[in-house]
Amino acid sequence: MQGVNWVALTVFVVLFGFITWLGFAAANWRKGDLDQLHEWGLGGRRFGTMVTWFLIGGDLYTAYTFIAVPALAFGAGAVAFFAVPYTILIYPVLFLVFPRLWNVCNKRGYITASDFVRGRFGNRWLALAIAMTGLVATMPYIALQLVGIQVVIGAMGVGGTSGFVADLPLIIAFVILAAFTYSSGLRAPASIAIVKDVLIYITAFAAVIVVPLQLGGFAKIFSAVPAQKLLLAVPGPTTTGAYGAYATLAIGSALALFLYPHSLTGILSASSGHAIKRNAAILPGYSFMLGLLALIGFFAIAAGVGALPQFAAGFKEFGNNFAVPALFLHVFPSWFVGVAFAAIGIGALVPAAIMSIAAANLYTRNIHREFINKNPTDKEEAQMAKWVSLIVKLGALIFILFVPTQYAIQLQLLGGIWIIQTLPAVMLGVYTRWFNDWALLVGWAVGTVAGTTMAVVMNLTPTYPLAVGGFTFPGYTAFYTLVLNLVLVVVLTPVFNAMGSRRTPADETVAADYFA
Amino acid sequence: MADTQRKRGGWSWWYLLFVLQCALVLWPPFYNRAEPAFYGIPFFYWYQLLAVLIAAVLTAAVYFATED
Repeated sequence: MQGVNWVALTVFVVLFGFITWLGFAAANWRKGDLDQLHEWGLGGRRFGTMVTWFLIGGDLYTAYTFIAVPALAFGAGAVAFFAVPYTILIYPVLFLVFPRLWNVCNKRGYITASDFVRGRFGNRWLALAIAMTGLVATMPYIALQLVGIQVVIGAMGVGGTSGFVADLPLIIAFVILAAFTYSSGLRAPASIAIVKDVLIYITAFAAVIVVPLQLGGFAKIFSAVPAQKLLLAVPGPTTTGAYGAYATLAIGSALALFLYPHSLTGILSASSGHAIKRNAAILPGYSFMLGLLALIGFFAIAAGVGALPQFAAGFKEFGNNFAVPALFLHVFPSWFVGVAFAAIGIGALVPAAIMSIAAANLYTRNIHREFINKNPTDKEEAQMAKWVSLIVKLGALIFILFVPTQYAIQLQLLGGIWIIQTLPAVMLGVYTRWFNDWALLVGWAVGTVAGTTMAVVMNLTPTYPLAVGGFTFPGYTAFYTLVLNLVLVVVLTPVFNAMGSRRTPADETVAADYFA
Repeated sequence: MADTQRKRGGWSWWYLLFVLQCALVLWPPFYNRAEPAFYGIPFFYWYQLLAVLIAAVLTAAVYFATED
């Protein structure tokens, strides 16, 4: 890699310094008693429509999105655009399901999905399965955020050689993240999310306006994209081919999104179910940006950054994930590279903080309190969560420093398959108590095992070619295994109900809990 | 009180607009082509970006129609 880009680095460090201060100062924002878990871990459920907008946006559009979606467009082409149908599908889900979930969680004091399932279905083992799934799916996601930081730090010419010095910038970023999360809880990412969004918007729009001008217009850009990348491959007569994969990737990813603990943490910290509904109506503003971001991958193809000698080392180290940083270095002046990279770096800290808080809430409430110490004081509970948030982040850091990045990406893929298996209990549970709790647990277990097996068989790629008769239906594994899970739950519910001499566990929620 | 609760929790025909917005993008054969291009952007791309804007308008419509 070339030498250090001092101008970019200075801008980057100044912006990072600012959000560090902001993260600590956030402890006093809408002040609450941080020795209570719902204050530390949900910001006291006091965020109005605007802050929730930034917070959920911070969850959705992470540094990794910013890097990986264009990287997919750069490497694989049109299929990367599935991110657009995906963002169109998520808002009806948010609109229909989550105001109800917010209401019941607020009335009953739940702070995690697992809390809700425990109360709704009265089965601690089902609740444990939900909590474990959330924890395991979140960890590689945090690690991927650190990859985002790693890529931009590397692109500024810092590090590069191996060893402790190379990892030092990442470790510093990690310490900052860990410290302000510990001291301010969810208030820290909520306040930083505002800065992050402003920076990301500036960067995205600059890229979409400046780059096409420099490259001579969209027609020229798209003519530089190889024909086989420009559109989805038209399927043959006996398969749904790329079409089915495209649609099921969008559906599966959309259904999985709000099941992730960090999404739920953002949702539950809103001040009302109403604020969530309003957000479902105004958040699509973000989706447009995601589409624009995907186009940046094509800009990188057109700019020919993949062939420029000064970026060869970066591509070698980070693969296609280097496409966006390389493009920015190629077309922007150094000071703006600093802004753009800070947007990505800060865009990693926000979701990483929310994720670690969400994981901490899960462990503290649904594992420690349920199985280890049944009667903690408020203070003990909040303290435990703070420690767990540190441990979770430390785990992610160690993972990134010592395990090849590819593993984190593959684990995150599996995470999507795992988390979607909690859909029947969480999302459908919001609407009905019809399901048998053990049927839900069996559906979850079979879906998880089948999904993992299918993914492993396919060498950890997201789609599986389902063969029925002479036809092949390639589709997102998470989607197929969710269908399997649902079928099992529906079939087994009457069976288990008929077998069970024991009475159905009580539902501690009542119908009125689900409304404002 | 009980009446407004029932009204808020119930089904609304406006939700069918959600089905419409999903249908716009879930059938790739419909938009998987390059022509007609728009300012040099192939149909595949500008159509889906347009669908985002349509979806935003439809979601807002459902919001205003179902809130009191």
